[in-house]
Amino acid sequence: MGVSVDETVSTGPVRDHTPPARRLGGRGRSVLEVALLTALAVVMLFPVLWMIETSIKENRDVYAIPAKFFDFKVTMDHFKDVFFASGGGRSALSVSFLNSVVVAGVSTVLATVLGVPAAWAYSRFAVKAKKDQLFFILSTRFMPPVVVVIPIFLMYRQVGLFDTKLGLILIYTAFNVPFTIWMMKGFVDEVPAEYEDAAMLDGYTRLQAFWRFTLPLLVPGIAATAVFALIFSWNEFVFAIFLTSSDTVRTAPPAIAGLIGGTTVDWGLVAAASVVFALPVLVFAYLVRKHLVAGVTLGAVRR
Amino acid sequence: MSDPVPLTTDHPGQVASATPPAPGRSRHLSDRRLTVAFISPALLLLLAMSVFPLLWALYLSFTDYSATRGGPAHFIWFENYTAILTSAQVHLRTLTTLIYVIGAVTLQTVLGFTIAYLISRRTHGRGLLTTLFLVPMMLSPVVVGLFWRFMLDAQFGVINSMLSSLGLGQVEWLTRQRTALISLIVVDTWQWTPFIMLIALAGLTAVPKYLYEAASIDRASEWFRFRTITLPLVWPLLLIAVLFRAIEAFRLFDLVYILTSGGPGVSTETLSFHVYKVAFLGFNTGTASAYGILMVLIVIVLTQLYMRYLNKLKED
Repeated sequence: MGVSVDETVSTGPVRDHTPPARRLGGRGRSVLEVALLTALAVVMLFPVLWMIETSIKENRDVYAIPAKFFDFKVTMDHFKDVFFASGGGRSALSVSFLNSVVVAGVSTVLATVLGVPAAWAYSRFAVKAKKDQLFFILSTRFMPPVVVVIPIFLMYRQVGLFDTKLGLILIYTAFNVPFTIWMMKGFVDEVPAEYEDAAMLDGYTRLQAFWRFTLPLLVPGIAATAVFALIFSWNEFVFAIFLTSSDTVRTAPPAIAGLIGGTTVDWGLVAAASVVFALPVLVFAYLVRKHLVAGVTLGAVRR
Repeated sequence: MSDPVPLTTDHPGQVASATPPAPGRSRHLSDRRLTVAFISPALLLLLAMSVFPLLWALYLSFTDYSATRGGPAHFIWFENYTAILTSAQVHLRTLTTLIYVIGAVTLQTVLGFTIAYLISRRTHGRGLLTTLFLVPMMLSPVVVGLFWRFMLDAQFGVINSMLSSLGLGQVEWLTRQRTALISLIVVDTWQWTPFIMLIALAGLTAVPKYLYEAASIDRASEWFRFRTITLPLVWPLLLIAVLFRAIEAFRLFDLVYILTSGGPGVSTETLSFHVYKVAFLGFNTGTASAYGILMVLIVIVLTQLYMRYLNKLKED
């Protein structure tokens, strides 16, 4: 029997020969694909792993030449330095983290309160030049921050909003409202307007119908949208660095960037601060992973 | 949002008691008022924080105003604009920006699409793979910039360390003119390849399976299937992702600021970064405003294009 198999392989017609060869080629290709994918994954993840590794290395090992990949002592000192000043008490970094929480949190709440009703109105009612309005709203989000910050800086200096948390909150809200409206409009579009019509037939007003029937259905969408707004404000750097100057107001991104200002850079501390800064974002992003496509395209693309 | 609710509770009674044509009209009116009440706060905020500043910048762009010198601004009309448009410095920055935008976006698109294609062909572990690949995109540009600066450090950076253990020479990534721009492109590609991947993957998974099955019944080659089924169906979505990235790359500032500060020399100074230097280091507010307005015009054109493709995609 074995001989006959050999025979078909060696002498058989081409038609019989192709299927096994193809399958083998398919498997070889599959292995190649997995290998390529793995290599790409390693390249993409290495910097993140290296950051985490650096944050738990002793300074001696951080600057080791050649770099130490596995053989190093684990220390939590850098993380301690992120939160506590060397003389005891809170560090400037931890204050900036707190500022970030306040600024990102409040601006997200404001953007949600302003954006969700607007999104609902755009979705439900005939608004004059609706497309143009929506385009205008989104285009404000695309303005180069470096350009917008010049007049905002002058404006804030005039009205005393420069170097205040309120100033940052206002500009972040203005940056998140377009996103909230676009993102939420998609979610509102998915809730049938008939629910509201039915409620209104039962004697509720339009507002009550929105508040009691549509809004509860929108809660998951609102949560996802708010999480993205939170991430955008949390990560924002340009406005933060130009519109604040004091340690008590500064948010985390400029504070972390400020760590490399001196002549010597404590890369262990930078890494630890970056890890602390990035961790909540990754957790939040994981929570809203279902809506990532819509979120990162500012609500424009929905799948 | 909560207080208007009790105010309008009397409406249902009115509606019930009114003559037939009235409810429709009163409902319509209240819908109108509701629309205005719901939309105008958001629009007012945008007018105050986005439109007004831009109009102010437009006004300043026609003057010789300087934020530090103070004093009244004198109208010099189009002098700022002609100065910018004829400046060799600006031409150089435009070229740098173009190289950076085209280089980074092309690399991201090719890599992102490749990864998405490879992932879409897997049957197991797709979710986990996607999640892992997405990590760089969610990081703040500050974190990304700082960390790559450390990794690309000529002395104790891990990249050079790996190169030397492979027997290759050291590279001064961020301190040589040409390599600095390449480094910037590489870092941006590292961060934003996941973006293209994510959107390409959304397009790829939306391609109906029966098309492939029909093609394989016809014994169509892999390449033929890719060219005639996959690409045409994913292309519109991919184009939107590419345009989106181009706009973002064009206005990029933070990564340049942190990774190279425009250096060495001016080799990585993009238009965004140059505007910052003119405005906040040179304090030529008027010139910087004109510069900014020109950048806004380019962004508006790109955004128009983006929206047009978006509308097209939605109509299909």
